[in-house]
Amino acid sequence: MGKGQFSGKVALVTGGGSGIGRSASLLFARDGARVAVADINDSGSEETVRMVEQSGGKAFVVHADVSKAADVEAMVRATVKRFGRLDFAFNNAGIGGKGVTTVEHTEEDFDRTIAINVKGVWLGMKYEIPQMLEQGGGAIVNTSSIRGVGAFPRLAAYVASKHAVLGLTKVAALEYGKLGIRVNAVCPGVTVTPANERFWAQSPREKEDRIKIQPVGRFGQPDEIAAAAVWLCSDKASYVNGHGMIVDGGFVAK
Amino acid sequence: MPSQSAAKVALVTGGASGIGRATALRFACDGASVVVADINANGGHEAVGMIERDGGQALFVQADVAKAADADGMVRAAVQRFGRLDVAFNNAGIVSAGVTTDALLEDDLDRTFAVNVKGVWLGMKYAIPQMLAQGGGAIVNTSSIRGLVSYGIQSAYSVSKDAVIGLTRVAALEYASQGVRINTICPGIIRTPGNVNYWKHFPQAEQDWLKLIPLRRYGTPEEIAEAVAWLCSDQASFVHGHAMLVDVGTTAE
Repeated sequence: MGKGQFSGKVALVTGGGSGIGRSASLLFARDGARVAVADINDSGSEETVRMVEQSGGKAFVVHADVSKAADVEAMVRATVKRFGRLDFAFNNAGIGGKGVTTVEHTEEDFDRTIAINVKGVWLGMKYEIPQMLEQGGGAIVNTSSIRGVGAFPRLAAYVASKHAVLGLTKVAALEYGKLGIRVNAVCPGVTVTPANERFWAQSPREKEDRIKIQPVGRFGQPDEIAAAAVWLCSDKASYVNGHGMIVDGGFVAK
Repeated sequence: MPSQSAAKVALVTGGASGIGRATALRFACDGASVVVADINANGGHEAVGMIERDGGQALFVQADVAKAADADGMVRAAVQRFGRLDVAFNNAGIVSAGVTTDALLEDDLDRTFAVNVKGVWLGMKYAIPQMLAQGGGAIVNTSSIRGLVSYGIQSAYSVSKDAVIGLTRVAALEYASQGVRINTICPGIIRTPGNVNYWKHFPQAEQDWLKLIPLRRYGTPEEIAEAVAWLCSDQASFVHGHAMLVDVGTTAE
């Protein structure tokens, strides 16, 4: 059993195979939680689990497409079966935008963005919350974005999906806060994730242009976003509920 | 994890009571030396005594944050006594009369703005140069959920707390690339000594205000202190210009 503030606790992280989700898995484990690493990308999850184990923690891989109810239900079941309980859920899996105008969006892309980013978060909560209620409480953090509080051209489906995550978060916070489950969101700014790095490798100028508009002159690191998500799950955030914590180096303050 | 503010120096205005005192104690608990600034000397000395009894280091400085000389003096005192300034929590504030706009007195509005807005600006004006000289620091200013939503009364207070969010955003952008992080905390309704005292005189208010909170639970000063401590820690390294709600969902509705 790990030491730390989450000793004896169990965390579930979707999108745990890379980026912010991987960082959060490591931070949960560092503070003593056992971690279910869920992702559609099993090799990424396996690597995350290996990293957790290397640092002396406990974790296991759950294959899940968060837009499928059966997968999400199974993911929660697998977590409880393996570790006996579920205290924290970080519903973080998501996909980015295609960079096309509202008119150019295809129905397929729009549906897929909403399915993963919105329905995926809802399904996560749908199956996590009953387990937490049974245990008497828990904490959930959903990943929104700075695009959840402000718009950006050529990202219609993504912006809509991340706004919706904040709405879902607030409703659940009001519904279950009294029953011991706090529900919050993190709103990351542009972060150095593998997904963004792949995108920037193809468009280096895009990366330069984006950096120029960051008040701090740099992008966020996955650890910096994960630190906020993990803190929100901790008892130290006992009066924080229904909040979208913006972790963006000041981007939306502009 | 190392102690979050080990060997650091923190300044807390309004540190004599309530959220300020709880935060001063929280910083000290992490190993920081704390300057407790307040207009209230008795409460301030008491807070310093509590920190010292726990083995911490603290200094009381009497200051009216609305006065430039006092704000300058409290920062100078911190540096003179403890050698540096890493964290400033500009938290001192007052409430205006609970009246409608037409009944609000000019003096009340002026004083509310002087303490809640000018006081926060003065705090930043004198703390920031010291932090820049050291290569960085973290500042948290106290706004309120009332800076975001209105309860249809007490306009001077609401507007002053809205202004704190604005001041914070501007300053955050100005110094973001120079290592000074500046954020706002927006507490919900908290069981502070000020509110408890008010409820003694108006017991019905304690029941009525609770109805404004969907979860029907007042916050504690310690719960706000935890959020402030986190915002001031290195864990929040990418959090700039944020208005952090600590209101158990009161404004989510």
